Amino acid sequence: MTAAPLHMAGERLMLDPAGAVYWPARRMLIAADLHLEKGTAFARRGMLLPPYDTALTLDRLALLRRRYAPAMLVALGDSFHDRAAALRLNPADRARLLRIAEGLDLVWITGNHDPDPPETLPGRSCDELACEPFTLRHIPRDGVCTDPEMAGHLHPKAQVQTRGQTISRPCFIADDTRMILPAFGTYTGGLDVRDPAIAGLYPRGAQLFLLGRDRVFAFRTAPAPRARMRQA
Amino acid sequence: MTTDLLPDAFATWFAARGWTPRPHQRAMLDAAASGQSALLVAPTGGGKTLAGFLPSLVDLAKHGSSGKIHTVYVSPLKALAQDIARNLIDPIDDMGLPIRIETRTGDTSQTQRKRQREIPPDILLTTPESLALLLSLPEADEMFEGLSCVILDEIHAIAGTKRGDQLALCTARLSRLAPDLRLVGLSATVAHPDAIAAYIAPNGDPARVRRITGAQGAPPEIGILVPEPSGPRDRTLPWSGHMGLFAAPAILAAIKASGMTIVFVNTRAQAELLFDALWRHNDETLPIAMHHGSLDPEQRRRVEDAMAAGRLRAVVATSSLDLGIDWAGVDQVIQVGAPKGVSRLLQRIGRANHRMDAASRAILVPANRFEVLECEAAREGVAEMALDGDPPRPGGLDVLAQHLLGMACSAPFLPDDLYAEVRTAAPYARLSRQDFDDTLRFVADGGYALQAYDRHRKLFTDAIGLVWVRDERVARQYRMNIGTIVEAPMLRVRQRRGGVLGEVEEGFAAQLVPGDTFLFGGRLLRFEGLRETAVEVTPGTGGEPRVPIYEGGRLPLSTNLADRVRRILHDPDLWPLLPVPVQEWLALQARRSRLPGEDDLLVETFPRGGRWYLVAYCFEGRNAHQTLGMLLTRRLERAGAGPLGFVTTDYVLACWCAHEPQDMAALFAEDMLGDDLDAWMADSAMLRRTFRTVAVIAGLIERKAPGAEKNRRQVTINSDLLYDVLRQHEPDHVLLRATRADAAAGLTDLGRIAHMLRRAAGRTVHVRLPRVSPLAVPVLLEIGRERIAHGAGEEDLLAEAEQLIAEGMSESA
Repeated sequence: MTAAPLHMAGERLMLDPAGAVYWPARRMLIAADLHLEKGTAFARRGMLLPPYDTALTLDRLALLRRRYAPAMLVALGDSFHDRAAALRLNPADRARLLRIAEGLDLVWITGNHDPDPPETLPGRSCDELACEPFTLRHIPRDGVCTDPEMAGHLHPKAQVQTRGQTISRPCFIADDTRMILPAFGTYTGGLDVRDPAIAGLYPRGAQLFLLGRDRVFAFRTAPAPRARMRQA
Repeated sequence: MTTDLLPDAFATWFAARGWTPRPHQRAMLDAAASGQSALLVAPTGGGKTLAGFLPSLVDLAKHGSSGKIHTVYVSPLKALAQDIARNLIDPIDDMGLPIRIETRTGDTSQTQRKRQREIPPDILLTTPESLALLLSLPEADEMFEGLSCVILDEIHAIAGTKRGDQLALCTARLSRLAPDLRLVGLSATVAHPDAIAAYIAPNGDPARVRRITGAQGAPPEIGILVPEPSGPRDRTLPWSGHMGLFAAPAILAAIKASGMTIVFVNTRAQAELLFDALWRHNDETLPIAMHHGSLDPEQRRRVEDAMAAGRLRAVVATSSLDLGIDWAGVDQVIQVGAPKGVSRLLQRIGRANHRMDAASRAILVPANRFEVLECEAAREGVAEMALDGDPPRPGGLDVLAQHLLGMACSAPFLPDDLYAEVRTAAPYARLSRQDFDDTLRFVADGGYALQAYDRHRKLFTDAIGLVWVRDERVARQYRMNIGTIVEAPMLRVRQRRGGVLGEVEEGFAAQLVPGDTFLFGGRLLRFEGLRETAVEVTPGTGGEPRVPIYEGGRLPLSTNLADRVRRILHDPDLWPLLPVPVQEWLALQARRSRLPGEDDLLVETFPRGGRWYLVAYCFEGRNAHQTLGMLLTRRLERAGAGPLGFVTTDYVLACWCAHEPQDMAALFAEDMLGDDLDAWMADSAMLRRTFRTVAVIAGLIERKAPGAEKNRRQVTINSDLLYDVLRQHEPDHVLLRATRADAAAGLTDLGRIAHMLRRAAGRTVHVRLPRVSPLAVPVLLEIGRERIAHGAGEEDLLAEAEQLIAEGMSESA
């Protein structure tokens, strides 16, 4: 498992192939869009998905905690799939979450799915978190970014053509000032980085880091003609 | 058989048109009089539909309407149901019969539906999906209790598919609601008539089915078109490729020489390219149109209307025109590219069969020299009426899951009763109680070991053991998701100024960058951008256009045809039938290497460009070869040959290695299937696609409702994620079992590989050559053109792409 270093706004960030950012200077681990209890939310609507998503998401998060031993863990919004999700955690998953939170500074940034702080759970809550030079928020600001930010919300994914087949993976997307993290939750889908909702935020193009099994794969989007694989 | 079975009014009606009832039409009346179910096997154009309806019309004329539905007719096509309605109205009006006919499909309006509930028609024309919906209504019992007859049209095209599974479950229910019900199957000639008879047997008893055969039409006249070489150096007949575009001028000449022609092709991409090629040569601007399943329905309907009105000279079509309405005016059928199977070819040729006594005319256009052999084999197969096709496989558990929920929506049931009922449907005759119970549990609460969804159960059991659906919301959700046809995720193709042209697969759209051009619906389009649910386009100008590719476009070569191809190859006495360049090619192969035998396995190895090539002449079809290629490369890996990749055609598998492969007998030993199959299958993209279909049909995930995807990154669930989670936590889940069963029967063609390995045991012939053999040239030409899907893992491909782009873009270069 190899994290890729990325220098941005004068800081060195580690992009972990599990889909989270580790910021060594601050000993801070950042993950976006956990969407905990999405499975049970769907079950209420009649889709009985395999009921393991919350456990899997938390186990992956626990693994990162062991790997980096952070002092601070920031959940970048939409940590819970809906307002009632935190209350639906089953006892085992709740215990998983408490173990992760133990002994570190846990920050729940609010998102559109979870606008209220989670009750009965450890950690503090805020709409934005200023961490020089970055601001951490759920929804990226509109338009060109002057103050560096890290955000989630958009669930970026990208596609690569190789040898006649298309491979699609969640990805980090970043330029000099803005980083959008992939969704960390187990049942979260993605939005293609060429969608105007994402592409519009990077008019001068951006770097992409597609999540692999053991490493991330670096590509670029381009405003102008884009480098692209044709069939070999 | 007596004439009294046909009342005077009917006899007069027949006579007024100068017709006499055909023997099979009388036989159908006779079967009805004795209360028997019947299977009518007859070619197209033989009055088959009227024969199916005649007993019901006679019965209704004699006894009058009961105020209940008397006959249900089920067609695989909505359009066909509507067309049949129009055709039946003629005799009914002419004879002044008091019979009401109505259609019920997805297009039927709310008012019509309401009226049908209040005043049921005597004859209801519908589709399998709409029938399933009617049977899920609480009033289904009452609606069908007076039912006397169910007519299943084009049954050969439905039995053995998932739609067929669904229809069988529905007719099992109808047979329970109306115990004296007769089933009538209308079918083209099929390879397994017993299986079709079992399919329509009430309560699964084939002895209760009368088999009736219609008169066979005149045998078809089939020509093979290989363009004449323009000179001695012209190598007109291509070595590889499947499109047949080189033959466009000759095809156009054949169109010109005839009335109305249907030009059948094998894939939608081929339709686009051939249509484009024909128009490039169409100096006289003959009206030539195109018809395929991704075009906007409105556009397709316009083409069909133009055909019916005789305004067209030709239509380039895919299987979208295989079934359906008889167009009286079709004079010839041209099949471009190999026919792949005798039954499929017959079905297509039948589209030109408008008069029983006149032979259908068909022309086969092989796209490469191997396909010449296949066309010759197909012509021989048609002459012998040697039909292909596997016997129907057992019914799918995903379809069963959908049906169980539908039955609960209609009325509470006892599992024992429903199990007994389901087993009267032929595809489920051998369904185990364990599979039934697991499927029922899946419907009820998801069927997970971790019982997390007790509060969200869809079904619950009361104190006396009756199973109930939870509430109206579950029933509504069920009714929104009925059906067994699941398409790959599609995006609409929308003009920036103008309407929707049709759909392309999301995967194709993903490959486009703004400014790219592609061919669609016969137009050159420029890709402008993706808007969540649509591909925005403007008219294109120039550039090298791409062509959308669709999943599952290509059928593999049937076993029947493969055996015939092998026989032609092996027997030089048959070669004079073949064009001279093909004869020369085979003769050269015989001299330089050897010809594949009738039941051996020829494997050639030779060095070329610093690599070693291994070419195996298996003739088991593309799907089987893909699976085999994966197994073979793993074996070569272990044997130290350093395999680098493989490529397949319907006939041949070619693999290239760093070192010389040795010991073919061991390499192709029968135990190969045991090797890595499970691990590979579980990870393959094919299984993921299969799982998605199963999950949608079984109701785990919802169909994509068009328009409801504004925010789809949050609304839709990626089935790949579910698949991975299930494999990890519930490897024996009923949906994974259903997925594996589908995959084993379908895309991997495991049965064919097993059969080939068994046949080849002890008969593997290894020929070591100093260079490539004539017969191996076509497959080597495919290298680089075919996707190499199963060779390398995604991670390796990503790394390679990253590396390549980095090199290509590096400043120092």
